[in-house]
Amino acid sequence: MYAQMVKSTGKGVASREDMTPEDRQFQDRIDAGEKIEPKDYMPDGYRKNLIRQIGQHAHSEIVGQLPEGNWITRAPTLERKANLLAKVQDEAGHGLYLYCAAETLGVSRDEMFEMLHDGRMKYSSIFNYPTLTWADMGAVGWLVDGAAIMNQVPLQRTSYGPYARAMVRICKEESFHQRQGYHIMIKMAREGSADQKRMAQDALNRFWYPSLMMFGPSDKDSVHSAQSMAWKIKMNTNDELRQKFVDETVPQAEYLGLTVPDEHLSWNAETGHYDFSEPDWSEFSDVISGNGPCNVDRLNARKTAWDDGAWVRDAMMAHADKKAQRRMAAE
Amino acid sequence: MTPLFEFLLRQGDNALVLGHRTSEWCGVAPALEEDIALANTALDLIGQTQLWLGYAAEVEGAGRSANDLAYLRDVYDFRNVLMLEVPNADFGRTLMRQFLFDAFQVPWLTALQGSDDQQVADIAAKSLKEAQYHLDRSSETVIMLGDGTDESHARMKAALDYLFPYAGEMFADDAIDTAIRESGVAPLPSTVRTQWNETLRRVMNEAYLTIPDTTFNHSGGRTGFRHTEYLGHMLATMQTLQRSYPGATW
Repeated sequence: MYAQMVKSTGKGVASREDMTPEDRQFQDRIDAGEKIEPKDYMPDGYRKNLIRQIGQHAHSEIVGQLPEGNWITRAPTLERKANLLAKVQDEAGHGLYLYCAAETLGVSRDEMFEMLHDGRMKYSSIFNYPTLTWADMGAVGWLVDGAAIMNQVPLQRTSYGPYARAMVRICKEESFHQRQGYHIMIKMAREGSADQKRMAQDALNRFWYPSLMMFGPSDKDSVHSAQSMAWKIKMNTNDELRQKFVDETVPQAEYLGLTVPDEHLSWNAETGHYDFSEPDWSEFSDVISGNGPCNVDRLNARKTAWDDGAWVRDAMMAHADKKAQRRMAAE
Repeated sequence: MTPLFEFLLRQGDNALVLGHRTSEWCGVAPALEEDIALANTALDLIGQTQLWLGYAAEVEGAGRSANDLAYLRDVYDFRNVLMLEVPNADFGRTLMRQFLFDAFQVPWLTALQGSDDQQVADIAAKSLKEAQYHLDRSSETVIMLGDGTDESHARMKAALDYLFPYAGEMFADDAIDTAIRESGVAPLPSTVRTQWNETLRRVMNEAYLTIPDTTFNHSGGRTGFRHTEYLGHMLATMQTLQRSYPGATW
């Protein structure tokens, strides 16, 4: 998943005493592991929180096409070009499922686009980093899709039915993408030329910390998590998932013969986990607030595409109206 | 170069060049459904490229692969029709071009299914299913945009006027086509023109667009004699890694 710092109610977890009878009943259903469906009762905060989270995920899929689209035209072989095309096609498809899931909560896709374009809704910070060499296509698949999977797999059990079901389909495809990305890294880092090895290391250097940031701020600074976890919109804490990601990724980097750019990285036999350095959280807040390397260009690319496509969407609507009118006139 | 090798390059380069152009739309289409459809079309075309150029490489017997043919030939060795290499411009021109090509591909691949060359027949059969779907979509879109708003109509008219003089090259028989017909691999391309004309008339009629009254045809793509200036830029982008790191595998 690609949701970071999703605003919840901002008040911490509501206590049972403070809940209305409907909210208590709702919480009981969630605690019992039941799925909430579109027509069921849900507290306003739950609905809003879900819209923000699903919207952020959907937008990330759409904006996430751009850094990869940057390399589709330069993919080095026909097979790689086809794989990358299939991947961005999957991502557009994920966007579609997710916008549909959000629509069941009463917000249209066009409204969500508007909120993306005017900055009210966000997408994952990771897509504000540039893709500079072909190794970045490997690193994005391996690390970015890898980090996304860490979040998405538990979300298959999330409390909102349409979201959970969308996530089941998405997970299958994401793990395929991750394997493809890792395969690019194997070709370059293990089997490649000196130039290719250098590209692979450079990609890891640039994408390591931004990937760690994908899980959001440290638990002690994460103000929105508790209520989301009580509602089972969020299944694990940011730090849990980040640790899991590091534990799984470090041996993969070792297999590739690459060095994780963290001098404090070490195996801790006592905890059974790797100790690692935190990313630079001031950079994270810069990127989140619009000052990452590509924020302005990414958003402009989306806005331009949307504006340039207005005549097509208008024409399709006009044509549908004309057809309906002709049909009525003929009857 | 043998006629069969040339013939296969013509098929493969058409798919490659249009597939590449289509892939340039990644992430910036007018609607999410169009992003998906464009990526899907590009993916089909790149898949077809692998089959045609793979067979071309085999026929050539010089130890080259489909990737070598795609990534290590220069402009004058490409054999695609010029219509497919001109820039996408707007969504209207992209889809009009797709339609003009699909309307050719469907009867053409249908005819190739009867080839005496089994590999050609097999590739055609596989590609035809995709081409049929592409034609359905491009026809429908051209009709929607031709018969949409005043602006969309004007854009589609401009697209048709620009592309039409390039379309005739698809049917321009030459000595290679004659040799290929004699060997039983394929009929002359001109034999599918009647069907193309019928599809064109039907769709333009529904799209309220007028077929340009010109008999002028650009040429030079499928013979490789004179491509447009655009192809070199496309190849510079497409081939950059293979050219910059000779011999590397990816």
